[in-house]
Amino acid sequence: MIATNKTWPWKLLLVAILLVMAAGTWGAVQKIEYQWRWYRVPQYFLYHAEDAQKIAFDGIVQTIKTSGDVTEVVLVSENAEKLTVSIDTDTLQVSEGEDLFEGDTVGFVRQWRLGPLMMGLWTTLWLSAISSVFALVLGLLTGLARISKNFTVRGLATIYVECIRGTPLLVQIFLAYFFLGTVFDLSRNVCGIGALSLFAGAYVAEIVRAGIQAIPKGQGEAARSLGMNSFQTMVEVILPQALKKILPPLSGQFISLIKDSSLVSVIAITDLTKSGREIITSTFATFEIWLVIAVMYLLVTSILSQIVYYMERRFAISD
Amino acid sequence: MIKAENVVKIFNSHAGIIRAVDGVSTEVAKGEVVVVIGPSGSGKSTFLRCINGLEAFTEGHILIDGVDLADKKTNINKVRAEVGMVFQQFNLFPHKTVLENLTLAQRKVRRRSRKVAEEKAYALLKKVGIHDKAGEYPSRLSGGQQQRVAIARALAMDPKVMLFDEPTSALDPEMVGEVLDVMKQLAREGMTMIVVTHEMGFAREVADRVIFMDEGKVVEVGTPEHFFTNPKEDRAKLFLKQVL
Ligand SMILES: Nc1ncnc2c1ncn2[C@@H]1O[C@H](COP(=O)(O)OP(=O)(O)O)[C@@H](O)[C@H]1O
Ligand SMILES: [Mg+2]
Repeated sequence: MIATNKTWPWKLLLVAILLVMAAGTWGAVQKIEYQWRWYRVPQYFLYHAEDAQKIAFDGIVQTIKTSGDVTEVVLVSENAEKLTVSIDTDTLQVSEGEDLFEGDTVGFVRQWRLGPLMMGLWTTLWLSAISSVFALVLGLLTGLARISKNFTVRGLATIYVECIRGTPLLVQIFLAYFFLGTVFDLSRNVCGIGALSLFAGAYVAEIVRAGIQAIPKGQGEAARSLGMNSFQTMVEVILPQALKKILPPLSGQFISLIKDSSLVSVIAITDLTKSGREIITSTFATFEIWLVIAVMYLLVTSILSQIVYYMERRFAISD
Repeated sequence: MIKAENVVKIFNSHAGIIRAVDGVSTEVAKGEVVVVIGPSGSGKSTFLRCINGLEAFTEGHILIDGVDLADKKTNINKVRAEVGMVFQQFNLFPHKTVLENLTLAQRKVRRRSRKVAEEKAYALLKKVGIHDKAGEYPSRLSGGQQQRVAIARALAMDPKVMLFDEPTSALDPEMVGEVLDVMKQLAREGMTMIVVTHEMGFAREVADRVIFMDEGKVVEVGTPEHFFTNPKEDRAKLFLKQVL
């Protein structure tokens, strides 16, 4: 048989299947007569805020100097206090010589602001980033403890890993918030980060343990036979090789953490998921918002996957 | 230099209790080259690994320059730094260059400066004939070259004795010679060596003494001349018939 590398029929088939699925979904949505309101979505990413600029005392408008889009209004109070306010020219609401009372609006300043979806995304990202760092440290130590020769150390690590892996993250978050959070008087952010770190740490520990055990025994023996102690052997010989091996599963774990972090919304941390729920209560654009949020998670995780992919290729140089 | 007294090593595995080394006593003098031969599974590797503490033995004593490995107070890392070991599978550090393989333990264990360690490394690489590969990673080297680097790595610690566990068994036949040549040169220079090998030619040429092991015990000891021409024990005769 002759090997062919014609892939286009299969690509065509893939596209066809996807189109059929999209059409099916479209048809089903038509049936329930859902009112799409996509136009409401963009403002939750970015919106043009108008901040009113007000006078802080009773006084008069002394001068108005316009230069292009910006206008400077100089206000003088009854006891000769001077105040200069900058506003957008087309929002000017006063004229020269006019009497004003404290709290009157002089004009507005327009500004682009990030909407709740972007703020939520930001919260999700930093929450995940901080939790990842803690999880890495915790997982590294626990992974080493899991292969320790000391029974107590090994036992503690095993209990931790088994407890975390045997219970749902949602329950862990509730426990961290309502139990630990109350007993030790911790803020919700601390509880959220703590729960996520403990959760991911247990999985990182297993990845680290497997990575270390995958290094041939001869490596450790060679190092020990040269007189290196167990710490030097671990740091100089075993871990550098193990870390290279565990980079792919480790990054997968951290990408999972970004998705898992959506569960902290149940303890009222305004992450991406919680922001979405809040927006829906005021817009009723349920389908649109959840779709947008799914795409935002997907974008973040795919970008990270790509970065990891390139890092792996660079790391592969020494072998 | 090395004195083994009634060394016993018992493995408790799921397959049952194995007396891998079963009462071995021997002495190796300074500058002596001892070749250990015997069928597979006879405990040669295990005995060798006991000598540098990679395997903790169950009974007996091993004294290296008067230091007893069975003594709990003995600092095993210190002993290992004095006892070089060359493995069948080379066990070079794949994430380090040839040069780094040779300098790592010198710097971490012997606390030598980078300059001193590298000078020593280059000198040894030259001696084993691989000075042009210092910057390469081990995976770029042939098996014979890797094993010569492994020998140089052990020598870099200035060991008092060198242990070899079937150093040529994992090599393609055409590379066996280059490794044996390095070992012969070492022997000529007066290095104390214990060599587990199936290379009878090497044993005949270099060994001061041949130890034949079977089922964890030393069955026969003698000069190569005696051993290869006139062995007393039946098991030794049988073994020789099979390998020669
Ligand atoms: N780590 C181990 N656990 C259990 N049994 C072992 C272990 N290492 C070696 N043995 C057993 O000890 C015996 C001697 O092995 P070894 O010293 O490797 O022999 P040789 O090097 O002469 O071939 C064999 O029966 C082997 O199966
Ligand atoms: Mg062996």
